Amino acid sequence: MATFLSLSAAVEEVVRDGDKVAFEGFTHLIPYAAGHEAIRQRRRDLTLVRMTPDLLYDQLIGMGAARKMVFSWGGNPGVGSLHRFREAYEQGGPQPLEIEEHSHAAMANAYEAGAAGLPFAVFRGYRGAELSRVNPTIKSVTCPYTGEVLATVPAMRLDSAVIHAQKADRAGNILLEGIIGVQKEAVLAAQRSLVTVEEVVDDLGARSFNACVLPHWTVTAIAVVPGGAHPSYAQGYYKRDNAFYEAWDEISRSRDSFKAWMDANVLQKGPEAFAAHARKADKGRAA
Amino acid sequence: MSASAKLPWTPTEMMTIVASRALKSSDVCLVGIGAPSAACNLARLTHAPGITLIYESGTIATKPNVLPLSIGDGELCETALTTVSVPEMFRYWLQGGRISIGFLGGAQIDRFANLNTTSIGGTYAKPKVRLPGGGGAPEIATSCHEVFIIMAQGKRAFVDKLDFVTSLGHGEGTGSREALGVTTKGPTRVITDLCVMQPDAESKELAVVAIHPGVTREQIAASTGWAIKFASDVAETAPPHETELAVLRDLHARTKAAFQAKP
Repeated sequence: MATFLSLSAAVEEVVRDGDKVAFEGFTHLIPYAAGHEAIRQRRRDLTLVRMTPDLLYDQLIGMGAARKMVFSWGGNPGVGSLHRFREAYEQGGPQPLEIEEHSHAAMANAYEAGAAGLPFAVFRGYRGAELSRVNPTIKSVTCPYTGEVLATVPAMRLDSAVIHAQKADRAGNILLEGIIGVQKEAVLAAQRSLVTVEEVVDDLGARSFNACVLPHWTVTAIAVVPGGAHPSYAQGYYKRDNAFYEAWDEISRSRDSFKAWMDANVLQKGPEAFAAHARKADKGRAA
Repeated sequence: MSASAKLPWTPTEMMTIVASRALKSSDVCLVGIGAPSAACNLARLTHAPGITLIYESGTIATKPNVLPLSIGDGELCETALTTVSVPEMFRYWLQGGRISIGFLGGAQIDRFANLNTTSIGGTYAKPKVRLPGGGGAPEIATSCHEVFIIMAQGKRAFVDKLDFVTSLGHGEGTGSREALGVTTKGPTRVITDLCVMQPDAESKELAVVAIHPGVTREQIAASTGWAIKFASDVAETAPPHETELAVLRDLHARTKAAFQAKP
């Protein structure tokens, strides 16, 4: 049963030291505000899981919150590398980072198997790809019907999942719209989940009969954080801040400029800072 | 590139235009960010208005007015026929064999069009440079009916041996894909800023089949880390048409203006 909490109380409750945690979002609805709160609360020894770790994971890694990252594409989309991730992985600073690397297909299938309560995922993948040589979790199975050899990966099982969504109703049912990535699967594959939302409404309103809704009894905690996905975006509310993604390349290049930015914009700030990026919902599809 | 400097288009424009010409209205394309995205949308805005563009974020039949910076910009979702979840994208659409052309690029390519987007130098565990990784590439390379590769040509990228095989091209030559149980064609053309290469029908080794205007064979050889072969019949690429250049430049100008506007 979902409980409405302040962001700090929600992160305290859901994300714990040593967790295998996914702050998911496939370029859209990335839970930046919740990730920043985890940094402020000095979470440690996290295994960070995400298909497309971008700036938020660069920030968590650079602040020493992670010991391992499980991922399939780790970069600043359309811009380049993640400098804090690279320093941690290539040189061990501020602390060494272990990695477990997959393809997108493998991660997506693993999340789905986790949501489905299966022990592993099976798919036609990794053929001729060297990742299967360096990642021992990648195995194979022979189809009992056709004899085809297929790739397998263990199901994704998370201690905690954190996502951002457009809205919750007062009962705590969650509506996600637009590019929904693997967020539904991540929540269903996790022991505990936190959803930050742009707003709480009396009724989720006009929507497709097939809209992506997480019923309240699948979610642990909800925190209302308008603008909480910035610099990513919330479809129907505000656009992706592409200029910030480009600016991050310079900010994160040296540890000093990174630390200064994190100090001024994360450690010295609270979730209310995200409100500056919030916009009222469009009257269009999302409203 | 002194020879090209005199031409009224850039090598990247030439590469993008050549890639767009390879597409037709009936194609279903899985589009990557950067040059592939520019090429696919140029095709859509010129000779292939019916082309279906899919981005791996789940957007199907999208018609962006400006080029996305990321694979999942809101522009893609707003202009798509439908947007599906990422597991559905990879399971039903890619693995299900519903995508005819996959676009790939990389930091390194070898003579059999295998690609590396994982790491450079050292070992996998201790690389000199860690790159973002494969993303969708390992399965795009084997599940799409065929693969087009777009990459700027140079010795650091066109190498004798990859530091890591992120995605399969033609493996070690003829028969490699089949031995791995792969039934799709794999890379059928490599489009660079200098030329177009295709795998030789017998050996599957890449050979130059067309050279862009203003580019020489020597220049291509000097920009390739192996002894590059030339097909027996090498064509000269038709120069960019006025319309192609105008539409491409307009697309980039719109994109730039949109990025500079405050979100």
